Amino acid sequence: MLSIDNLHVSIGETEIIKGLSLQVPAGQVHAVMGPNGAGKSTLSYTLAGRSGYEVTEGEARLDGENLLGLDPNERAAKGVFLSFQYPLEIPGVPTLTFIRSALNAQRKARGEDEVAAPAFLKLAREAAAKLKIDFDMLKRPLNVGFSGGEKKRMEILQMAILQPRLLILDETDSGLDIDALRIVSEGVNAMRAPDRSMLVITHYQRLLDYIRPDAVHVLVGGRIVASGGPELALDLEKNGYDQYVKAAA
Amino acid sequence: MSLMRALETRDASLLPGRRDEDWRWSDLKSVVRAVPPPSPAAAAPSGPRLLPELSADNEIVVVNGRADTFGFHAVAGLPRTLRLRIVSRADQTAHQGVLTLDLEPGAELTVIETYEGEGSGYLSDFSLAVSVGEGAKLERIVVLDEPADAVSISQSQVELQAGALFTQTVLASGAKLQRHETHVRHPGGGAQVRLDGLYLLGGKRHADLTTVVDHSAVDGVTDQLTKGLAKDQARGVFQGRIVVQEGADHTDARMGHHALLLNDGAEIDAKPELEIYADDVACAHGNTVGSLDEDALFYMRARGMPEHDARALLMEAFVGEVVDRIRHEGARQAAHAWVSDKLRALS
Repeated sequence: MLSIDNLHVSIGETEIIKGLSLQVPAGQVHAVMGPNGAGKSTLSYTLAGRSGYEVTEGEARLDGENLLGLDPNERAAKGVFLSFQYPLEIPGVPTLTFIRSALNAQRKARGEDEVAAPAFLKLAREAAAKLKIDFDMLKRPLNVGFSGGEKKRMEILQMAILQPRLLILDETDSGLDIDALRIVSEGVNAMRAPDRSMLVITHYQRLLDYIRPDAVHVLVGGRIVASGGPELALDLEKNGYDQYVKAAA
Repeated sequence: MSLMRALETRDASLLPGRRDEDWRWSDLKSVVRAVPPPSPAAAAPSGPRLLPELSADNEIVVVNGRADTFGFHAVAGLPRTLRLRIVSRADQTAHQGVLTLDLEPGAELTVIETYEGEGSGYLSDFSLAVSVGEGAKLERIVVLDEPADAVSISQSQVELQAGALFTQTVLASGAKLQRHETHVRHPGGGAQVRLDGLYLLGGKRHADLTTVVDHSAVDGVTDQLTKGLAKDQARGVFQGRIVVQEGADHTDARMGHHALLLNDGAEIDAKPELEIYADDVACAHGNTVGSLDEDALFYMRARGMPEHDARALLMEAFVGEVVDRIRHEGARQAAHAWVSDKLRALS
């Protein structure tokens, strides 16, 4: 499970996350909702280990182990997977090469044997078929010239192959039309498992119609200001963030 | 040329330097303060050192500018492969060499041309006169892999006939000063030129890839792609000039130069030039110098790749495009291996 305790994060001189605490038990999906500038992306980048996000206080543990002192690749090997709001284009690196490099780097870090090419191809073929991704697409450089929906599907494909323990979805719905949103959500829902935690970070309630959360947290001004069940998301959709923004100010 | 005269007369004042427009970024005069004495004759070293996995039908070894032949003549018929080794076995001395390469009409030749050095502080100057007959095909793969303290200048004059195909890929790892010049006289008439280059530089190495293509008549194609990486205090220079003479209509010429600076101390200088005197042409050039994409690096690390591996993968992807354009399959594979080896030292 993921356990964040009194987390403070600054970018440069500015404190963005101001004492955030959050628990996501194994097998659960928690949504973090908040207005623009609340610190949603800062939270996901901090958990993934991006440089420039300075943790000044607090900790974030995955199954008891503090993540914050680890390099991004070490966190990935421990099972952290951040699905990017805008997945990067990697020119010249075929998708299959990229995913296989990532998988084997993680396995190596965990002291496991690398997956040989034939076994990997089989794995990739099966995962692509489930997500209705044309296998030939995986021979193209990752995300280069792909549509928004295709990029998100590539994220889901990577999740399916890398099998992380903690999934962080950062504004996964942005730039998706309804059809793409449904396909991506189905992919995420298929990842639900008793030993996997998910953190769904989003501005809009819409995504939560597809990915039903066990709990919803409201992030305003760098803190969790309210927590509740799925009905909280509906309330936010109806009444907006203003009630919380005013209270936080 | 002044370099040749300077070596013959041992008069360093004749060397080209930054006051000469074509040499302003490769200041030979400041690098070579005094022209060293001539290199003695030396025995040929055994076996090919560079791209050793490649076999060739013929081999010419030039040692300290000396060879037991004036050149190579390719006849029409089966495609052939020539290994041309330009070897320097010299310490603090200078040498020059000249060879000719002729392809008769319809001939097909792949040349694996390697520049290697065993000594230190030498000055090498090598010239190749190339003639490609009507409808003949020449692919030239040049590997410049020399000691860090060497000064190595090489140039070729390439004369093409109508319908000829000339493709060239220069792979350079730099030296104290390393410069490779290619001058192509393009007759149009359906002749095609691909002129590629790649420089992979670390330490204080300097590589200069200079090309001039002169289109003199209608219907000529030139496609040029040069890429480079510079790390530490290395310096990469690209000078590409394509001239389209009056009347050389329907010329299709494209030139791209793209380089990455891997840290602050490195330097890239580029001068892409199109000089067009004809009306009906399709010409374009692009030139970019940047650094490795930090966002992409974070993305790769967040998926589990250690930073070193992520950098290496991005670099390999960046330069791989140039190597992939080599037509000769064996040479392409050997070139990939050489590039991977050099990248290991840079990532």
